[in-house]
Amino acid sequence: MNGVRRPITPAAAVRLVAQRELGARLRTRGFLIGTAVILAVLAAYLLFQAALVNNAQRTTVGLTGQAAAIAEPLRAGAGQLGLDVETRRVADAAQGSADVESGDLDVLVSGSPANLRVQVKSELDRELEAVLTGISRQEVLSAKLVQAGLNPAEVMRDVDAARIQVTAFEEHDPAQGQRTVIALVMMFLLYMGITAYGSLVAQGIVEEKSSRVVEILLSTVRPWHLLLGKVIGLGLTGLVQLAILGVAGLAMASATGVLTITGVATTTLLWGLVWYVLGFFLYATVFAAAGSLVSRQEDVQTVLTPVSMVLLVGFIAGFTVVQEPEGTTATVLSLLPPLSPILLPSRIATGSAGPLEIVAALVLTLAAIAALTWLGGRVYRAAILRTGSRIRLKDALRA
Amino acid sequence: MGERTLEIDRVSKRFGDVVALDAVTFDVRPGELFGFVGSNGAGKTTTMRIVLGVLAADAGEVRFDGAPVTHETRTRIGYLPEERGLYPKMKVLDQLVYLAQLHGVPLNDAHRSAELWIERLGLTERRRDEVQKLSLGNQQRVQLAAALVHGPDVLVLDEPFSGLDPIAVDVMSEVLREKAATGVPVVFSSHQLDLVERLCDRIGIIRSGRIVACGSAAELTSGASVRITVRAPGAPAGWASALPGVRVLAENGDGTVVELAPGTDDQDVLAAALATGPVREFTRHHPSLTELFRSAVTEGAGT
Repeated sequence: MNGVRRPITPAAAVRLVAQRELGARLRTRGFLIGTAVILAVLAAYLLFQAALVNNAQRTTVGLTGQAAAIAEPLRAGAGQLGLDVETRRVADAAQGSADVESGDLDVLVSGSPANLRVQVKSELDRELEAVLTGISRQEVLSAKLVQAGLNPAEVMRDVDAARIQVTAFEEHDPAQGQRTVIALVMMFLLYMGITAYGSLVAQGIVEEKSSRVVEILLSTVRPWHLLLGKVIGLGLTGLVQLAILGVAGLAMASATGVLTITGVATTTLLWGLVWYVLGFFLYATVFAAAGSLVSRQEDVQTVLTPVSMVLLVGFIAGFTVVQEPEGTTATVLSLLPPLSPILLPSRIATGSAGPLEIVAALVLTLAAIAALTWLGGRVYRAAILRTGSRIRLKDALRA
Repeated sequence: MGERTLEIDRVSKRFGDVVALDAVTFDVRPGELFGFVGSNGAGKTTTMRIVLGVLAADAGEVRFDGAPVTHETRTRIGYLPEERGLYPKMKVLDQLVYLAQLHGVPLNDAHRSAELWIERLGLTERRRDEVQKLSLGNQQRVQLAAALVHGPDVLVLDEPFSGLDPIAVDVMSEVLREKAATGVPVVFSSHQLDLVERLCDRIGIIRSGRIVACGSAAELTSGASVRITVRAPGAPAGWASALPGVRVLAENGDGTVVELAPGTDDQDVLAAALATGPVREFTRHHPSLTELFRSAVTEGAGT
């Protein structure tokens, strides 16, 4: 057998380590269940949203007696205001009142068009009230016009021709609300992904340290290759999960009709994947260095807290950024390398990050990755074989 | 030095103010089983970790096959660390295949070799189990398989026999002898000195980071003083005390235990005993490695 064995190349070593990580994680029940649970929650949320969209704004108006004549103008007037109104003929006024009380009808309208009487359970929608008032006034006006010897239809044509002129300084984006939701979801996924998989890097390193398998590994693989393989393997696992969640979420949101701007969402998802990779590499070696300082799983949380805090700050700042993505604060925060991976994708989603900002953030983040990887690798190499009590960062850097 | 010899040449290491190794020098020749003994903290593990490059030496050099050991040569070493190290959640077979691959064995050969050692070490039924579910003894067998799975040219084993049942000890001894017979230098540390004495071609004793004795068991014990038990019922008390080079250690009833200074002829003692009457017993004790170890380790311990 000595004939076939040859020294392993760095690339092969990194690939082997990465493959092991990928295989070990993807096959675990934790990964499958975790992904399934997040998907289930997402699906339930979307279905709930879709049901709300379909039902919440629909108002059922019962018309009884002479009021039945206003069905047409009521639907037209409501349509102009974007209200979803369904009219229903109600033969018996008493039955109609009972339906309103039980909630089967939202509104019951009776009386003559010029003198409408409205019954509601508690409160009449302001806009619907305006529509009904308008219809009533129209009726009165028409009667007066006839009395004055004018043709109501002609007068109304002139009245309707009157228009106000509106000049908008910015194009209104009717999908702004959806963009904000997409931005929030993306930010959440990125925060969770980077934190979870970054912590896994640290835990994996401590596992190797505490089980001492690292001694065997390092007698054949260089520390640098072991670290890189681990980071790549776990990074890919996280990327796979994020892609599954992103694509499935997108498909479900489009299918349920909650999401109508699939194009924007797809672009955001692609940018999200890019920024996940950048963010993961930015934090992975820092997590790795932190993990290599301790030898027991119980101590991991202590060393990871400072790193997790930075991510958490980014996540919290994200809510402000999403609300006001154009502001100076948002722009500056999203350009800071430690926060860019979480904040910039949401600004891309809301359409507020210009190409120049994106390029600037990319360059700054790549520079930060280079610096932190160098530093993290140094700490890792110095600390990985020192077992026992926690190693101080200063000692690891000096070694 | 010769081909395929592992040489540890004046290796020194300090941890802060503590001198862990002080110019440790010995060599392990091809086909040789070398026993490395010393009390806890004497420097055995530190030496082995330096050989594997897990620790860096402050001074000195480790050579194999005449050239300094580099990262490339280390992949040809089979290593069993003192603190057992395997992925607890990885299956036995997967683990061995992975470790073989990391040492540069192609996948198919890695698989074949892993299966081979699994069978050889009696782990066939546990090959799909996670390592953490195995008993400590079985984990130890997996650990040995991990040291052997890539067909190493050198074996460095730190306490391979600790925690093994007698049958596993036999299997382990057999495997080590077999590997040595193929021309592989094998060095292992152990506290089971009888085992070391029985198994090893040569032995090195380390004390406080210094090699205090090195050689075959016979060489190490030959220079030591010899003890003789003599049972001569008719001998008067103090019969042996006047003999030159003889020190009486114990005298009770008809038995006498004497210690001979190096170079003293035991036949002189026998002649003196026979002169007093019949001799029922005349036993020469070779000091065991255990005794030698004890004296080597305690000697000058106060300095």
